[in-house]
Amino acid sequence: MKVLKKIFKSSLIFIIVIVIWQLNWNAGIYNRSLFPSPLQTVKALWYEITQDNLYLHIGASMSRYLTGYIIAAVLAVFLGLIFGYYTKSWEFVNPLVQFIRPISPIAWMPFIVLWFGIGDIPADVVIFIAAFFPILLSTVSAVRNVDRVYLRVASNFDISTGKTLMKIIFPAAFPQIMNGFHMACGTAWIFLVAGEMIGTQSGLGYLIIDARNNLRTDILAAVIIVIGLIGLGIDALMKYLENLVKEKWGFGILEKSR
Amino acid sequence: MSYITVKDVNKYYPTDNGKRQVLKDVSLDIEKGEFICLLGASGCGKTTLLNLVAGFEKPDSGEILIDGNKVTGPQKKYITIFQNYGLLPWRTVEKNVLLGLEDEKIPVKEQKERADKYLRMVGLGQYKKYRPGQLSGGMQQRVAIARALCVEPEIIFMDEPFGALDAITRMKLQDDILKLSLEGNRTVIFVTHDIEEAVFLADRIVILEPNPGRIKQIIKVDIGTHRDRTRDDFLAVRDKVMTCFEEKQPDVTEYYI
Repeated sequence: MKVLKKIFKSSLIFIIVIVIWQLNWNAGIYNRSLFPSPLQTVKALWYEITQDNLYLHIGASMSRYLTGYIIAAVLAVFLGLIFGYYTKSWEFVNPLVQFIRPISPIAWMPFIVLWFGIGDIPADVVIFIAAFFPILLSTVSAVRNVDRVYLRVASNFDISTGKTLMKIIFPAAFPQIMNGFHMACGTAWIFLVAGEMIGTQSGLGYLIIDARNNLRTDILAAVIIVIGLIGLGIDALMKYLENLVKEKWGFGILEKSR
Repeated sequence: MSYITVKDVNKYYPTDNGKRQVLKDVSLDIEKGEFICLLGASGCGKTTLLNLVAGFEKPDSGEILIDGNKVTGPQKKYITIFQNYGLLPWRTVEKNVLLGLEDEKIPVKEQKERADKYLRMVGLGQYKKYRPGQLSGGMQQRVAIARALCVEPEIIFMDEPFGALDAITRMKLQDDILKLSLEGNRTVIFVTHDIEEAVFLADRIVILEPNPGRIKQIIKVDIGTHRDRTRDDFLAVRDKVMTCFEEKQPDVTEYYI
């Protein structure tokens, strides 16, 4: 019962939006060929699933997403540990990071295409750029926030710097790094679609461009909904993992009692 | 020469307007196997003195020797136990205790036996698979004690280790630590602001006074190893320490009317 109530509570706003959408369509304020109805959208979604191999497009997008994201995560955590531990090195590179970070990954697109050609790589690179900075910054600040007592314990037990980074600092910082992973997942998903709009023949971004070129607004709306739903799923998964980490690290009890 | 020598140590901390002296001309000799309590109000530099001897900080002048060697940094032979335990929350109790052994060339089986031995010694044999967050404060501090004992250190430094615990748990742990220090003939340097705790534990109490931190008096506690918090000899030492604190500071304030 409680679960049903919760589902109803969080889906209420969607019901309202769909009703307004339908009423708008009924009123005919907008040109109907440019403004699909909810029913047309659902039909288009069904068509995409059954006739147009939506799964393959989702698969293509996911594989690009994971490639770019995982490379970004590994590199950003590695660099973040070093920059966070050696404060001076971070002071040295931080201006450059702050300069590059606000530049939209899309702005690099022409260069990316010139350097890497078209195909999967531009989308990978855009996702990489989008995911890299949130993870780097959260790792650096997580490492700097590590309780000094852990470092004292490490030096007291004669643990070498490399092992201290791996065995003490990384796990101590991990809950906050996880928060960076979570944020980066969202940002990277946003830029995936943009990354796939140039030069790819598959993926959700490609479907958007394809629907636009064919003036299929119903498919456009359907794909947008799919993108939103997957984004929602990724966010929920990351939230779940984040809480799992917190629980294992012993912060879970505190979080829950709030 | 004594086991630990602190000679003419001065220590300053930087402040917004220059520097503040936290320790002034501190000299102290400690023999092997002694239980020393550094006692004083907050701001008297007792934790700083401990950190200097443990190697976490360096004196601005003077020198500190342990076993004839100058202290240059923390070492595995001399383990510090902190007030907030310093346990790694993502590791189980057993893995926490094993921390100091992992890099040593001891077979894993032997390491685990040793961890088990010390965990049982502090009464936590059944809690090996728990995480620190699942234990009470007193139990967490026992884990930290087991972790320290596991590397079989020559000296244990304790920085107000029972400060965050309730009175009853604190008494229980005081009993335990006294017993453990007697068993291994280990040298213990113990920072506290609790007079009774100091009298209960120490062979000698080093009383510090603040502004700048310096040694005021060293009181020998000559009441044997079996101590009773209510016996006359205990109370007599306690009164002696209290008198030392109550002694009036010379009044340096000048009044202009």
